Amino acid sequence: MAKTLYDKLWNEHLVQKYDSNESLIYIDRHYLHEVTSPQAFEGLRYKNLSPWRLDANVATPDHNVPTIRGESFKVELIDDEVSKIQVVELDKNCNEFGIQQFDITSKEQGIVHVMGPELGYTLPGMTIVCGDSHTSTHGAFGCLAMGIGTSEVEHVLATQCLKITKLKNMQVCFEGELKPGVTSKDIALHLIKTIGTAGGTGHAIEFSGSYINSASMESRMTICNMAIEAGAKVGLIAVDGVTIDYVRDHSNLSEDIFNQAEIFWKSLHSDDRATFNKTLTIDVSSIKPQVTWGTSPEMTINFDDQIPRISDVEEDQQENLKLAKSYMGLEGADRLQDLTFDRIFIGSCTNSRIEDLRLAANAVKGKHVSKDIIEAIVVPGSGMVKAQAEEEGLDKIFQDAGFFWRDPGCSMCLGMNPDQLKPYERCASTSNRNFEGRQGNLGRTHLMSPLMAALTAVNGKISDPS
Amino acid sequence: MSNTIIQGIVAIFDRDNIDTDQIIPTEYLKSIKKFGFGDYLFDGWRYLDQGQLGMTLDDREVNKDFILNQKPYDEAKILLTRNNFGCGSSREHAVWALRDFGFQAVIASSFGDIFYNNCFKNSVLPLKLTKQEINSLFMLANDNPLSFEIDLKGKELKVNSDLIIPFKVDINLVNRIIHNLDDVDITLQDKALIKDFEINYKVSRPWIFIENNKR
Ligand code: SF4
Repeated sequence: MAKTLYDKLWNEHLVQKYDSNESLIYIDRHYLHEVTSPQAFEGLRYKNLSPWRLDANVATPDHNVPTIRGESFKVELIDDEVSKIQVVELDKNCNEFGIQQFDITSKEQGIVHVMGPELGYTLPGMTIVCGDSHTSTHGAFGCLAMGIGTSEVEHVLATQCLKITKLKNMQVCFEGELKPGVTSKDIALHLIKTIGTAGGTGHAIEFSGSYINSASMESRMTICNMAIEAGAKVGLIAVDGVTIDYVRDHSNLSEDIFNQAEIFWKSLHSDDRATFNKTLTIDVSSIKPQVTWGTSPEMTINFDDQIPRISDVEEDQQENLKLAKSYMGLEGADRLQDLTFDRIFIGSCTNSRIEDLRLAANAVKGKHVSKDIIEAIVVPGSGMVKAQAEEEGLDKIFQDAGFFWRDPGCSMCLGMNPDQLKPYERCASTSNRNFEGRQGNLGRTHLMSPLMAALTAVNGKISDPS
Repeated sequence: MSNTIIQGIVAIFDRDNIDTDQIIPTEYLKSIKKFGFGDYLFDGWRYLDQGQLGMTLDDREVNKDFILNQKPYDEAKILLTRNNFGCGSSREHAVWALRDFGFQAVIASSFGDIFYNNCFKNSVLPLKLTKQEINSLFMLANDNPLSFEIDLKGKELKVNSDLIIPFKVDINLVNRIIHNLDDVDITLQDKALIKDFEINYKVSRPWIFIENNKR
């Protein structure tokens, strides 16, 4: 019977099917970070268990780390005492249990979803989990990758398996070529606007179509990263030549093993006649740059559209709209271009890879951050991205334009480290969530592409990137 | 210990897409403990000031307009909301906060997938009803504070002991709540199965087992 990619990955890792709807699925790779792991390690200690398979695990601190660190930074230098405890706790746990960690002083450290693939820990066909919802990112490599809760982190450490129910299959085909100024981020936001933040709930979404075929691994990762914002905890893309080339460059498998693996990896696509529970085709050539106006990623519009008015929506949506508008301080603003911005954030596991930074740097080259902007920061996703960008001179371009060039981490994607919005500040952000308070108490987030964020920095306003 | 009936006051949140950042803001994720999150539940709505880990209710400027700060909802056991509750991040802290506050069930027309799973690990029942059912419950709630009784074994929701709504939920998941079961213990009973799988898998997919730490 014809199978989808998700079905193939599921069958490949199926250890046991129970009488209920649940199954035991073997986990190949487990990424860990400091926020969702302490209670899981505590659980292991309590039950007197050790990790099932040490080499499946890779850890790094990312959420709490300050992004102004410099060369000789040590964990002791984290100012926030509570943040420090978490990072220290990760060090302690990794040492005690023997888990490989790229710690805060390591030159590879970074946001776990940026760091993993570029160090070759993400390989096609793997099942990958992490106590973080944006684990869907790794689906770009034809992996079954998903975020899990802390109890499940403990479960995976202890048993190398996850006990889960199979998702339904959904297919989203992106056909056509992008207009100038439109990026993978815009495609992702457009999709979420179209199907809503619950549109993919209960489904694994496989992304395909001519646009995906032509897209780089970085762009594919951005799209799979945002699958969770469309409600799907799994996003997937078939393995092709682009995937294999990336993995060849980034993994350090011996040639023999690589060749053996490659034969298998090439089978990681949905069969021609595979059926999906839901399918959707989107013509990407008509998509304009997207920007969120509200407090949910589905509250997205074309950058030059009118912000929805109460009278534009159905009655049962009016309350949601009212609450979002009032939180975002949109009174008197007709369009996004009417708003003035306070801060710019280019970073996060969605948009902090080298391709993102090149795009943004190119847009600000020879220009300067607007006087209206209090601070504009660029936070590379990992040590490797940072080094690559510096080699290409992107750091200079950003700094000459008045941006701050930071050290890797989650940074202003969420208000857990020193990079935060102050109440009522408005931020142009390349991250993935515009929830209330996400970037700091009462802060206002507008999600957009790195290109649009760069232009917003230099113009002080949303503007036309084409 | 078994726990088959959930009964209590219903707090209502007439809103879609309540995300886990709303349920518990990032600040409190800095805790390395599994308990003690009750005072931070819905922090951004519940208080007028900005809180920090370690603060208690007494330290805070309470938003009197917020439902959980009003009687009898301050003792609510059941939360009734709309669509896509618990979307967003994977933080189990969201469920810990609901549980620590005293919530034993959340009723919505849909849930974020990861949140939904996390609930069963912590004895909080995520109960899915249809949009029509939710609508009718909201109508009733407009008049008077509601009290529900949820029978986990009989799979029925009783409203003020007259209206009865049957519901569906995976019995194995509910058994985790009823008997307070721990998944790790259950799965480790199948240790041999996992070992067998691994032996074959190592032969067919050797690259999965190669340590990749020397770059
Ligand atoms: S960058 Fe943001 S979304 Fe990504 S892992 Fe960090 S906090 Fe989560």
